Amino acid sequence: MSKGIAITGMGIISSVGATVEENLHSLKAATPGITRLANIETRHRDSIMVGEIKQTNAQLETQLGLEKENNLSRTSMLGIIAAKEALTQASINDIEAHRTGFISGTSVGGMDMTERYYDSYNESLEYIRYIETQHAGSTTGDIAKYLGIKGYVTTISTACSSAANAIMLGARMIKAGKLDRVIVGGTDGMSKFTINGFNTLMILSDEECTPFDEHRKGLNLGEAAAYIVLESDAIVANENKKVLGYVSGWANANDAYHQTASSSEGEGAYLAMKKALNVAKISPEQVDYVNAHGTATPNNDMSEGTAMTRIFGKETMPVFSSTKAFTGHTLAAAAAVEAVFSILSLQENIVFPNLNFKTPIADLSMTPQTTCLEKELDVILSNSFGFGGNCSTLIFTK
Amino acid sequence: MNKCYINGVASITAQPTTNGKFLEDIISYNDIIFKADNPNYKDFIKPSAMRRMSKSVKMGVTASKMAMEQARLEMPDAIITGTGMGCRQDSEKFLEKILYDDEQFLTPTLFIQSTHNTVGGQIALGLQCKGYNLTYVQSSASFESSLIDAQLMLTEDSNKKIVVGGIDEIAKTSSKFHILNGELKQQPIPNLELLQSKTTGTLLSEGATFMVLDGEKSTKNIAEIVDIEMIYTASIEETKKNIEDFIARQGLKIQDIDAVILGNNGDRQFDTYYQSLQTSIFTNTQQLYYKHLIGDYHVASAFGYWLTCNIFKHNNVPSIVKMNNLEVDEHKNILLYNQYRGENHSIALVRKC
Repeated sequence: MSKGIAITGMGIISSVGATVEENLHSLKAATPGITRLANIETRHRDSIMVGEIKQTNAQLETQLGLEKENNLSRTSMLGIIAAKEALTQASINDIEAHRTGFISGTSVGGMDMTERYYDSYNESLEYIRYIETQHAGSTTGDIAKYLGIKGYVTTISTACSSAANAIMLGARMIKAGKLDRVIVGGTDGMSKFTINGFNTLMILSDEECTPFDEHRKGLNLGEAAAYIVLESDAIVANENKKVLGYVSGWANANDAYHQTASSSEGEGAYLAMKKALNVAKISPEQVDYVNAHGTATPNNDMSEGTAMTRIFGKETMPVFSSTKAFTGHTLAAAAAVEAVFSILSLQENIVFPNLNFKTPIADLSMTPQTTCLEKELDVILSNSFGFGGNCSTLIFTK
Repeated sequence: MNKCYINGVASITAQPTTNGKFLEDIISYNDIIFKADNPNYKDFIKPSAMRRMSKSVKMGVTASKMAMEQARLEMPDAIITGTGMGCRQDSEKFLEKILYDDEQFLTPTLFIQSTHNTVGGQIALGLQCKGYNLTYVQSSASFESSLIDAQLMLTEDSNKKIVVGGIDEIAKTSSKFHILNGELKQQPIPNLELLQSKTTGTLLSEGATFMVLDGEKSTKNIAEIVDIEMIYTASIEETKKNIEDFIARQGLKIQDIDAVILGNNGDRQFDTYYQSLQTSIFTNTQQLYYKHLIGDYHVASAFGYWLTCNIFKHNNVPSIVKMNNLEVDEHKNILLYNQYRGENHSIALVRKC
């Protein structure tokens, strides 16, 4: 097993809590954050369930002490909240003390503001400050500026696997000695654009989502931001840093099957898991728990389940669950949310449950963990897949 | 450290840059926003596939094929793309339907093609490439983010062959918003007189630049990307120091740099970043620019690599890209520097092979 890259801090805001502590509490109590929409006007309000963070934009602005004339999107504000918590936990006070990078995944970016003010730009000057938020990188810039990070700052957008790729890139940069520490993760606010987009694909459930269930009806869209801090061994040793866990394996592969759908044999997912295990020098039997992508769409769970069966074997499947029934599918943030959950699992030695599961998928006969399970956990594998055939796997170790 | 060689490069821009000539025919525009000069996409894409493709996908797929042909590469190990705005035409159309049709009568196609990684995904799908696939959206450092990833990958494994590209397209309505917020000129100016402009803002265009990168030394090598650095924010003074430090780290002195390619875009407010270098550390260095030809957009800086490779190949610098009168017998080291509105700075050193 390779030692991996040290994780020294984490932060999160999701529909099950505005801090790591609150998220942990909800996970342990098996309390989901799936509700009806409150903050967005849409004709689909009564036909979908979502993992929505209930604070309004105005409340977030107040919490962050922003000026009235700011141009931060919801995606940026959620990102700042989570990234700040991660830095605090990692006891980083002087952001410029080491070569510090910031890598953020997003798919929505500032779309929530664009869809709100698109029509007003030609009419009045009041909201033209939001025009800049049209490019997704602006959200990363907002967060970097708030944190005072001036050097290597970049944004990854591979749809729903964005944050996994951000974590992977950060780990590779530290390993290669290009950075001393890096804040990695992702953020996506809820938007009418994504609600309608997923609605046209007919993969939004009108009930609480049921990952890996035979009768699953689709996903619940969610919103969240989550970041983790990765630091070099030298910093950890010199500053006597507390290590929460390690990112030990990572891989990215492409399904090369369809722009949005996954192949029935889960080729991309299979390749990502296989390569990540190789990077971590871990055999499939050593995996204690799989935090699955498990969006609860008919296509994903079938494809992912098939790929997992190919990797682990039907009879030797490790304990697995999808936590999407807690948070909804938080798109570009999902892998970072699940990275935080995986680290919590390692720390607490608890597998968080796959809520709402009743009947195994007939062709797979895989049963996820449906209640909190106390178990010694050393190795956790986490999957994230996205449009464009993007499949990524991360491996976290104690 | 392992090397990072360029084995092929192709660029679709507002100029005829895919005709095999080195900037011999120049198109002049008199618009704030001008479109790419389309190559014959049918030579590269089947008509059945092309019908569903947006401009970004067409440009990206074509430029990637051109670069791969040049590098005689059939299947890459990785596809890494950068884009500032992604598929903004389809995003805009989908958004307008949401807003103006009250979220009704929507079809999935526009949404499916609206994600930033559409081009990278489509190239992978076309090639059946199951390797590493990533898309960066870091404004004017989007392409450079891809390069840094590729360079890192070659450090990990020098056997990799990597397709790297940058794509951005113009959209009907949302591109014009940048006139309203002052990122663009308020009135049309002749593109070829960009540097004479006394106003703020720049000119917007679109394009796709792709390269094939390889860690192995071979006769295919055109140039070597020696190093590349991204700096999110820096003042003019810090920038000068950043560039001096960068050059020193390569074991070089300023006089070892045969030419510097700068991202001057005619914005009076922010071209000061370049001018302060032109009148200080680079006064005795050949100074080149290109945004008067191809406009500015988030991945315009990728064109600097096309320009560099062609200078090496042709052993000649077209006078239209020169900002000063210094002549160079043979170019070996070319430095590239770009920024946009004081953010997303990138510095790179490219060396002739």
